[in-house]
Parts: sequence; structure tokens; C-alpha cells
Amino acid sequence: MNLSWMAWTWQTAAFFAIIAALLVLMTVLEILRPGGNARDGILGLRTTRGDRLFISLLGAAYVHILWLFFFGMPLTWAIVISILLAAAIWKWV
Amino acid sequence: MKTRNQKAWFLVAPVVLLVAFNAVIPLMTVVNYSVQETFGDNLFFFEGMKWFEEVLSSERFHDSLIRQLKFTFIILAIQVPLGVAIALAMPRKGFWASVCLVLMAMPLLIPWNVVGAMWNIFALPDIGLLGKTLNAMGIDYNFTRQPFAAWATLIAMDVWHWTSLVVLLSYAGLSSIPDAYYQAARIDGASAWAVFRYIQLPKLKHVLTIAVLLRFMDSFNIYTEPFVLTGGGPGNTTTLLSLDLVKIALGQFDLGPAAAMSLVYFLIILLFSWIFYTVMTRGEDK
Repeated sequence: MNLSWMAWTWQTAAFFAIIAALLVLMTVLEILRPGGNARDGILGLRTTRGDRLFISLLGAAYVHILWLFFFGMPLTWAIVISILLAAAIWKWV
Repeated sequence: MKTRNQKAWFLVAPVVLLVAFNAVIPLMTVVNYSVQETFGDNLFFFEGMKWFEEVLSSERFHDSLIRQLKFTFIILAIQVPLGVAIALAMPRKGFWASVCLVLMAMPLLIPWNVVGAMWNIFALPDIGLLGKTLNAMGIDYNFTRQPFAAWATLIAMDVWHWTSLVVLLSYAGLSSIPDAYYQAARIDGASAWAVFRYIQLPKLKHVLTIAVLLRFMDSFNIYTEPFVLTGGGPGNTTTLLSLDLVKIALGQFDLGPAAAMSLVYFLIILLFSWIFYTVMTRGEDK
């Protein structure tokens, strides 16, 4: 598929598609189980599952930036840390 | 049974469109460019994290980030206490209260490029009032070639332009304190300092949080005034992050590194804003 009219490559298209799919998934979950599964986490914040997704994604961005700043390429460990961080956020925050 | 009114969707549609066109689509474009390379002709190649690596390891980025942090913390350290002090000294009622408020609001109404141009002319060592006066007093002052003079002028300009915002916010906060608090303080024989420390300051907490956040974000994004005043010089001594970003994006037309730098820049602002917000609202009742 030619994506150059949007100045996209397939990798960026895949990235945006994943983000869009996550938003759709969150919407479906909200319709099935309204209320957003709100709870008070260890940070003292009241978070819904949408908040937890947002914090996980943002956390992954910070982990990658910090990894690049301190250690440079490759980013394998940054990905591992991001996944562990997301799991921790999902469980405790 | 309640029927749902679906017409509300039409009312939010304009906002959704506005946010889509001025926030979501530009952000997507920046993310897109930050991982790609182009040689024109609408041909793009995926580069992965190359631009991020380049930006994060570049001396130039580190230097402008450090300059930016210094600038922001210096102006916050001056503007917040000064703004609160001016607000405390302003009359609360009557003719002079209105005069003070109008005078305070004036710098905020001047367009940013005009502020830069005004201060540029004001500070010129040969014809400007400030520059000429300082030199006549025997102080060697030339902001176009001395880094210290350039910084001092830049900071003075920002303080002149933006302290009013802190003043007006603090003034509004102070005006909302009921008289009963002051009466109680008088009965207890509280000193002026005690009134400030235990009545005024706690009541100002919310407006000061807003003031610090607004001033932090604005000063971290500052572009027009230093661009007009010093153009980033002498040398690179006042090249703040946004000036550097524009040089890379529009001067060199390096869209990839510029987009990566914008995202890093955005994440830094977001992080600091979150830290300020958390620290300043800590210990509040939920």
C-alpha cells in the first residue's frame, strides 16, 4: 500500500494503527464495563484504566529517551523495562 | 426511563475538529517526521530512533537545554516573589487600585515581537536610553557583544513583560481572602509576617500553582522576544531551546532531527510541569 501521500512509511502507519486500536479497545471496554475501573493506586492518584494506559505509554517514552541518553543504541533493554513498567503500572498504580 | 439526547454530539463536534486540527494532526506529523528521512519528492524512509539518538547525544542540544533551564529558573526565582510582593503592596480599593491594575495589565497587552523590538532599541548602547545611560555612568554595557549583558537584558525584558501576570493572579487571590481572617489576626496581635505566612500564603497556594505552571511553560517555550532582542547571540550564548529548534527546522530544514528534538522538548516540559504540580499540591485533601 502506498502511504506517501500522507508522508507515512508502513512503520509509522503501524504505530498510529496500534494507538488507534488501543483507543478503540478502551472504548469497547468502557461500553462493556462502564466506570473505567477507577481505583486509588500507590502514587496516591485515582486512576481509571484509560489513565493507566496513558501513564504506561508516556512512561515507555521516558524510558526510551533516558536509555538513549545514557546508553545509546540498541534499545532492547529499554523495551523490556517499558513492558515491565507497564505491567507494574497496570497492577499497582 | 431517561432518553439519551444524542444532539449533544453536534455541540462537541466543533471542539473535536479544532483539537484534531491544531493538536492531534500536528503531533502525529511530528511523530511521523521524527523517525523518517526524506530527500524531497514526497519520498520517505524509515530511520527508527536515529534522530533521537543524534539529538540526545549532541553537544549543541545539551548546551541549549542547559541555557533554557538556567533562563527559566532565574526568571521564576525573580518573577514569583516579586509578583507576590507587588500584589501585597497594591491598594485593595478605590481609585489607585484601578490605576495599578491597568498599569499592571499593560505589558501583557503588548505583542511579543513589539516587546523584543522595544527592548532592543531601549538597550542599544549608542542610541538606546538604557544602553546610553549605563555607558554614561561608566558601566561598559553592550548586549550585542557581551554575553552577560545579553542575559541581563533578556531577563530584565522577561521580568518586565511577565511579572504582571503573577501580580494579577496573586492580587485576585489576595482579594478573595475574607476580612474575618485579618480581624482574627489583629485580635491575636499577629505580626505582618505571621499574617503573610499563615493567612495570605496558604490562600495564595492555588493561584501561585497556576502562576508557576504558566510561567514555567511559557518561559520554556519562549521564542519571539529573544529572537528579536538578541537573535540567540552573541555567538550562541542566548540560543534557547526554541531558537535552536527553529534554526534546525527552518534554517537547515532538517525535519527529522527537529521533530525528534520537539518531542524530547515536549516530554521535558511535561515532566517538569508534572513535578511542579505534584509538589505544589502535595498534602491537599482529596
